[in-house]
Amino acid sequence: MKILKPLIFTAITLLAGFSFATHGFAQAEVADAASAIAEAAAPDEDYLALKAKYGETFDFFTISVLWTLIAAGLVFIMHLGFATLESGLTQSKNTVNILFKNVFVICMGLLVYAVWGFNAMYPGDFGGWFAAGSPITMASYGGTDFSYGGTALCMTGWADFIFQAMFAATAATIISGAVAERIKLGSFMVIGTLLVMFAYPLSGSWKWGGGWLDRMGFYDFAGSTLVHAFGGFAALAAVLVLGARKGKFLEGGTIRPILGHSMPLATMGVFLLFLGWFGFNGGSVLSANPEAVSYVFVTTALAAAAGGFSSIFFSWGLLKKPDLSMALNGILAGLVGITAGADSVTLWSAVIIGLIAGVLVVISILFFDKIKIDDPVGAISVHGVCGVFGTLAVGLPFFNGGNEDLSFFTQLIGTASISIFAFVFSFVVCLIVKAVMGIRVSAEEESEGLDIGEHGQEAYPDFSPSSR
Amino acid sequence: MKLISAIIKPFKLEEVKEALSEIGIEGMTVTEVKGFGRQKGHTEIYRGSEYTVDFLPKVKIEVAVGSDIVEKAVETIVTVAKTGKIGDGKIFVTPIEESVRIRTDERGDAAI
Repeated sequence: MKILKPLIFTAITLLAGFSFATHGFAQAEVADAASAIAEAAAPDEDYLALKAKYGETFDFFTISVLWTLIAAGLVFIMHLGFATLESGLTQSKNTVNILFKNVFVICMGLLVYAVWGFNAMYPGDFGGWFAAGSPITMASYGGTDFSYGGTALCMTGWADFIFQAMFAATAATIISGAVAERIKLGSFMVIGTLLVMFAYPLSGSWKWGGGWLDRMGFYDFAGSTLVHAFGGFAALAAVLVLGARKGKFLEGGTIRPILGHSMPLATMGVFLLFLGWFGFNGGSVLSANPEAVSYVFVTTALAAAAGGFSSIFFSWGLLKKPDLSMALNGILAGLVGITAGADSVTLWSAVIIGLIAGVLVVISILFFDKIKIDDPVGAISVHGVCGVFGTLAVGLPFFNGGNEDLSFFTQLIGTASISIFAFVFSFVVCLIVKAVMGIRVSAEEESEGLDIGEHGQEAYPDFSPSSR
Repeated sequence: MKLISAIIKPFKLEEVKEALSEIGIEGMTVTEVKGFGRQKGHTEIYRGSEYTVDFLPKVKIEVAVGSDIVEKAVETIVTVAKTGKIGDGKIFVTPIEESVRIRTDERGDAAI
């Protein structure tokens, strides 16, 4: 027990030291408290200056900016949701590749939106078809003033940028799921960058940027068409150029299911997307208007629940067993469907839209498999088909409660023009990429797994994969 | 009675199973294994450092067949599991001393 003596000695010393120190601390604390109270009595200079600048709009403006920034963070979580969902629904031998693509998309998306996209999408007083982009600058948004957007847009330029930038990146990430397990990494990076940098801001400017669709009266609250149908139809074009995974569609018409490797990841992904959607729709109110934001939260949640509900029972009846992946896709379908009109449809319409979207997505997934279009995660069905549906629903008096400003025909033109544009742009880009650098990995690499082929890494090195 | 142990590439499993069932062989046992013969592994890189993975995932199929159809079964497996590329696998045939069906207590060829 030689160690005992030094231990006891150290303990006593420490105890003594602490008692003296806390005595010292106590005195310091009292002194601190006194000076803090003295300081608090006189308001901070920054606070006073801001309050003087904004005047009576200060409180609402500040809260709106706060809400927009929180919403931007929630939309960011959707990237996490996409990454986990896509990994879960694909094979383990391609997991590193899928995750890598998702990591790339957020990095690329934010940067290209800052360098070109944001200004291309919001050129100011517009009404047209095309506006050139440019990098965001301090001069454009410096001053971070209420005058940036006024009552229509209760936020600073920076808040506007970061909120919209998160949206832009989600448009590219929709495609990464559909082209999974067979697209070449480099090709995907090129296609994704061109889509986010040029195509997304272009079609986005037609409506949110004040372009020709906006002048026409087209309405897309949070992006059923501008983000989801855009991504879904760009994905469809890419999948057509790319072709199906090997062994998915056998001769004689059999469809061989290629199972996802992790249902827990897929489920976590959908719940994260659901969470993020509160920011996606809630933030699209573009202010902290308590009536609008709280209403949007309710319609969003009800539509999601209805979508899951209807897809569960519809797929159960159709396929004889309750399918988890259909339930998950159903929730997303409801969310995509309500995104165009979360603030403008009546309460129970939100539920009905969700119910219809949940059924539509199941039919669509089965349909695309039948016509030999291979979509590993159902992105085309969830985002493309339900995005169009949600946009059209806004134009129907049954759903919008007889709102005179909304017309089915205008909604049709809007969603058709943007969907077709996304499809054509993506199709052309993919064909060019295919010709220049190839778009698909070799058959060997596809069977070995893209993790080894593209990355020389494995996602699960401790486990022996059964699908090589 | 002979036991055929075939080590094949994992993605060939379904095809081999179906081909065997076409010639009348319905039962088999499958294990996931790792191994290598002349097929080299691959080099992987993790955070800047390289390492080699020698053991490759394979699937081992064990089928007990009557001596009369051993040759046919082996040929079927070879035809279906062959890709022509290195790493296709190997087949070993060993004699079975006794076989029993647990449910009915049948022995010998009736149990296969």
